[in-house]
Amino acid sequence: MQATRRILLKAGAALALLTVLPRALLAAAWPQKAFLSTDGRQALTALLGTDQTIPSNQITLKLPEIAENGAVVPVTIRTTLENVESISVVVENNPRPLVVNFELMSRALPEVSTRIKMADTTRVLAVVKTDTGIYSTSKHVKVTLGGCA
Amino acid sequence: MASKIKIKTRLSDDVAEVKSLMLHPMETGARKDPDTGELVPRHHITQLIFTNNGDAVMVANFSTAVSKNPYINFSFRGAKAGDTLKVSWVDTRGGSDELETVLS
Repeated sequence: MQATRRILLKAGAALALLTVLPRALLAAAWPQKAFLSTDGRQALTALLGTDQTIPSNQITLKLPEIAENGAVVPVTIRTTLENVESISVVVENNPRPLVVNFELMSRALPEVSTRIKMADTTRVLAVVKTDTGIYSTSKHVKVTLGGCA
Repeated sequence: MASKIKIKTRLSDDVAEVKSLMLHPMETGARKDPDTGELVPRHHITQLIFTNNGDAVMVANFSTAVSKNPYINFSFRGAKAGDTLKVSWVDTRGGSDELETVLS
């Protein structure tokens, strides 16, 4: 009897915590370790738990082939993969390779655009996490004038 | 202080397209001040949250390598005229800004 009561109490506490958590999580969840990492693979592992991604032709990574100004490089990532949870961009030769991570809630469409800094000519990786796996595609971008990244 | 965020939204059927521009220096910590020769400390937006009627639709996590005055464009489903859309951000120094707009 006592045991049941404890379990119920615990369940209640857990439930109460769950209702409070989402908002708190959002505010506190900036993945610092991943973003401060100086190695692209380590950054991905810190962010997603693995650096192994499945190459996918269902991801479109739109970037200029030649970026004249590395301080402002427009990038668009879109995918036809389903149930997308997040989209991240890794610029391999940047001092801190993980550039941005978009957490897409269920109502968000799997297409985002932003502008990024690129220190040097390098490979850019778009990483898409879905409920079934982690997929990626990459593109080589030539940078004429490096942007302090 | 008035918000320095700019948002443009476009509603077609139930899909809202959001174009947003934040005003922020996005300092990497590696840049030297041309006058003093001292490194300018790292100072950048870390997290942005977009909410539709209080429901988070997208969270963006930034490194130092998002360009100065960050721009984000994305869309979400399940929107209708009269809904609110709020964007808010925080940075590495505890700075923040937010702006709420009404979809039309």
